[in-house]
Amino acid sequence: MLKQLFSVLALVASSAALAAGGPAVHLDKAPIDLHDKESLQRGAKMFQNYCLGCHQMEYQRYSRTFRDLGIPDEVGMQELAFTANKVGDFIKNAAPKADLARWFGAPPPDLTNVARVRGPDWLYTYLRSFYADPSRPFGVNNDVFPLVGMPHVLQELQGVPHKKYETRLVDGVSKEVYVGIVADETGELSAEEYDRAVADLVNYLEYTGEPSKLESHSLGIKVMIFLLIFFVLAFLLKKEYWKDVH
Amino acid sequence: MFKNFMNWIEYRMPFMEKMNLHVMQYPAPKNFNFWYFFGSLAMLVLVNQILTGIWLTMNFEPSAERAFASVEYIMRDVDYGWLLRYMHSTGASAFFVVVYLHMLRGMMYGSYQKPRELLWIFGMLIFLVLMAEAFMGYLLPWGQMSFWGAQVIISIFGVIPGIGDDLTLWIRGDYVISGATLNRFFALHVIALPLVLVILVFLHIIALHEVGSNNPDGIDVKRANDGTKIDNNVSDKFTFHEYFTKGGKKIIVDAIPFHPYYTVKDIVGVVGFLLVFCAVIFFAPEGGGYFLEAPNFEPANPMKTPDHIAPVWYFTPFYAILRAVPDQLFGAIFMFLAIIFLALLPWLDRCPVRSVRYRSTLHKLNLVNFCISFVVLGVLGVLPATPTYTLLAQIFSFTYFAFFGLLWLYSKNEKTKPLPVRLS
Repeated sequence: MLKQLFSVLALVASSAALAAGGPAVHLDKAPIDLHDKESLQRGAKMFQNYCLGCHQMEYQRYSRTFRDLGIPDEVGMQELAFTANKVGDFIKNAAPKADLARWFGAPPPDLTNVARVRGPDWLYTYLRSFYADPSRPFGVNNDVFPLVGMPHVLQELQGVPHKKYETRLVDGVSKEVYVGIVADETGELSAEEYDRAVADLVNYLEYTGEPSKLESHSLGIKVMIFLLIFFVLAFLLKKEYWKDVH
Repeated sequence: MFKNFMNWIEYRMPFMEKMNLHVMQYPAPKNFNFWYFFGSLAMLVLVNQILTGIWLTMNFEPSAERAFASVEYIMRDVDYGWLLRYMHSTGASAFFVVVYLHMLRGMMYGSYQKPRELLWIFGMLIFLVLMAEAFMGYLLPWGQMSFWGAQVIISIFGVIPGIGDDLTLWIRGDYVISGATLNRFFALHVIALPLVLVILVFLHIIALHEVGSNNPDGIDVKRANDGTKIDNNVSDKFTFHEYFTKGGKKIIVDAIPFHPYYTVKDIVGVVGFLLVFCAVIFFAPEGGGYFLEAPNFEPANPMKTPDHIAPVWYFTPFYAILRAVPDQLFGAIFMFLAIIFLALLPWLDRCPVRSVRYRSTLHKLNLVNFCISFVVLGVLGVLPATPTYTLLAQIFSFTYFAFFGLLWLYSKNEKTKPLPVRLS
C-alpha cells in the first residue's frame, strides 16, 4: 500500500515537474509593492474585469478589499462590484461551476490564495508567457504552465503573443534560436504597459492572499522594539539578582 | 489582611508549602548554561499553544465543508485572528525546536542517567504525544498538504501485517480521509491529547524535583552531610526546603533557589526566544514554506495530488528513515525503533560519568555523529526520494542507529576524565 503510494507520488511528482515546465523555466521577479495603493486599485479593477468571469475569491469580501485599498464603499460598489448586492459579499461570480469545468477541462481555481500557493513571481511570469499555438483549443499555450486549459483573457491588452525566433550563428552554423515571446501590435497596451498591468494584478493577488500582511509588519516592528527594550531590562534585572551568586 | 487570607488558605491546602518546595526553596545547580533555557521555553510554548488554541477553537468549524473556509475566516474577519493563527502555527514548529534542543541537552549532559531514567521516559512520552498532537493539528486547516500528509502518515499503519488495513480504517473512521477523520482528529487535538500532555508535563516536573536537576558538570549538588565544612559554598546563604536536606542528613552544595535566580534568568531566555518567535510570526509566518507549506493554502482535494508531499519538517528525520528502508514493514519498524532507542538511552549508556565534558573523545565524536545524522536525515526527508538521496538516507540512517550501538559498546569501559568535586 505504502509502496503503491510512493510510486504514485513519484509519478505525480515527475509529471508535475513536466507540467510546470520543470525547474528550467526561469521566473521573472514580480515588481510588486503592497504599499502602492494605486497599483492595488488598478489590480483590483483588472481582476474584476478579466478574472472574475470564471475565477472567484471565495474568502475575500468586497468590504475588506475596499477598506484596505482606500476605496469608499459606494464608489467600490458602483465601479467594481458588478455582481454583488452587499458590500459584505464575497467576491464571487454567477458562473455555473459544472459548466466551467466542462468548458475548460478543469474548474477554474479560486484565486483568493493563489499568490500564496504559486508565489507572485510564478503568477507574474505565467501571465506574460502565453503564446499563439493553433493546436490548442483556445489557440494559446503557456511556457510556465504547458497545455494550460485557460484562454489568454488578457489578449486584448497584450495583443496576440508569438514565440519569436531569430537566425543566429551558433558554432559557425546558422540556427533558429528562440528569443522570447513578442506580441503583435493588436493589443491596447505596449509591452511595458502590459507588464505593468500584470504587475498590478499580481500585486492585488498578493494582497488578497494575506490581507493582514501590512498590519502584521507594522505591529511586528512595535513588538520587536518592545521586546528589545524588555530584553535589556530583563538582562539587567538578572545581573542584579545574580550578584548574590557570583 | 492578605496574610490572614494566605493563612486561611494554608490551613486548608498547603499552597505556600508546595510553592516553597518546588519554586522558592528548590535547589537548582548554580551553573545552568544556555542549554537550560529550553525546558522553561517548552513550557512557555505549551501555554501559548493552549491559549491561542482556545481562541482559534471559538471560530474554527471542524467539518470537511467548512474547515478551510473557517480558517480563512479567522485570517480575514476575526479581529487579530491572523495573529492567533500564526502564533499557533509558528508555535507548533517552535515547540519542536525547543524540545529537540531540550533533548539534545539531556543527551550532552547525561541527564537521562540514573536516577533520572523515569524523568527521561516521561520526556519521551511527552515527545510522542506532541508528535501525535502536531500531526492531528496539521489536518485541521483541511488544506492540500493537511490531507495528503495525513494520507501518507496514516498509510504507515497499513503495513502492519494482518491488521494493517483494518487499523487504518479504524484511525480514519472512513475508507478515505474524510470529514469523519477531521472531526475525530479535532476532538483528540483540542481535548484528549492536550490533557494527556499537561498531565505528562506535570509528572515530568514532579519526577525532576524528586531526583533534582542535573547540570553541565553532571555531578550531584545534594551530598551526604558528614559534618565537614564546605568552603565557598554559595548554598550556605540560602534556605532550602527540608525535603531536600532531609533534616540535615544531606547538604546542598553549589545550588541556589530556583526563585528568584532562575526565574529572572529564564525571563531573559523567554524574551530572547520571543524575539526570534515574533520575528517569524510577524515577518515570515510561512517559515520559508516549512512551517506553513504553500499547497496548504489550497483546500483539500482528494482528486488532485500535490506535486511533492513532504511531512512538516519536524517529522522528516523519521520519515527519511522510513523511506530509506526498501521494505515497507521494516521501514516502519526502523522508524519506530529510531524513537524507541532514544527512550532506551538510560540503559544503553553504561558509563558512570554523565556530562560530555568529562567523557571520552570517542563519545564526543559519537554525539556529533548523532547530531549530523539527525539533521541530514531531516533535510533528506523534505527532498524527493531520488536514488542518490535514498542512498544518502540509508547511510545516515545507519550512522543514526550506529550511535546507539557504539554507545552501548564503548560506554562500559570508557576512558573518562576525572570528575570535579565542585561545580565549575
